[in-house]
Amino acid sequence: MATSTYNLIASQVVGSGGASSVDFSSIPQTYTDLKLVMSVRCNNAAYYSKSEISFNGSTSNQVFRDLTGDGSSATSSTASNFQFIGVGNNNTANIFSNTELYIPNYTSSNYKCASLETNDENNSSAAGAAYVEMQALLWSSTAAINEITITGITGNFVQYSTFYLYGIINH
Amino acid sequence: MASAPTYTPIATQTLATGASSVTFSSIPQTYTDLVLVTQEYTTGTPTAYGISVQFNGDTGSNYSNTLVSGNGSSAASSRATNKIGAWIGYESYSANWTNIVTNIQNYSNSTTYKTLITRSSVASNYVAAGTSLWRNTGAISSITVLSTDFGSASTPFVAGSTFTLYGITAA
Repeated sequence: MATSTYNLIASQVVGSGGASSVDFSSIPQTYTDLKLVMSVRCNNAAYYSKSEISFNGSTSNQVFRDLTGDGSSATSSTASNFQFIGVGNNNTANIFSNTELYIPNYTSSNYKCASLETNDENNSSAAGAAYVEMQALLWSSTAAINEITITGITGNFVQYSTFYLYGIINH
Repeated sequence: MASAPTYTPIATQTLATGASSVTFSSIPQTYTDLVLVTQEYTTGTPTAYGISVQFNGDTGSNYSNTLVSGNGSSAASSRATNKIGAWIGYESYSANWTNIVTNIQNYSNSTTYKTLITRSSVASNYVAAGTSLWRNTGAISSITVLSTDFGSASTPFVAGSTFTLYGITAA
């Protein structure tokens, strides 16, 4: 029987009580790449939210470079923590972000490079209401990634936020 | 009945020694779309400006691209026409691994010009997205990944660089 290429490792759907963070631990070391697909909304009183990603319980040795468009202008910046834009609670009801994190060669002994893309759209022309963001992430660690934690920085994740972790095999 | 796999690795190559190009040939015509996932950097100080692909060995001026990028301080967009390769990402060097994920839609038809969308990132340098066009209606049966976009001379991909081609089946 052929080995499946694209496999669901674990999923988490936030319940009615919300969640301050979501954790995937004991990630199998048997895949080539990881892909984390997220649909995120936080309960902070703003159009958008910020969430943070850590590997193996650490937010050290992180740097990222981003490219963001808000519908009127594009900007680029760099920062030291893996934070990405999601939807906040002042945004239109029932809207969640569409976010993907791709980590090639997550078990290698090289530093880990990852790509993240996130967006939210809400049929509004209000400033700061919608975003498209791309990020290049570098975690300067040679350790294999065995845990990924996503933490709401500006608020807790609300009910129906979803997190799906996939493993991809290239052979 | 088990469902048929929709995401299948066609071939993967990990460089044992440096190389300026990597070719996937005899690509099956049985998928709907292709996904090329690479992680690489090039030796020395780059003298070229990007990573590109050529289809079916076509070295004619039949490619063009439009891209948007951010370098950590500003955002930019550019366009190039009549190139001899399709741009898929920028180069990086000095152990700064670049991630590139490129989707090639409807690669096997013989009626339309072929397009791709690509996302490229390296945390020390840039994040970018772009689209490229190959003005040819032929089905794509081979893809050559080159460590140049023909702005100037090529510098080889380092050993350990990885290149994987996946096929996606829509039905």
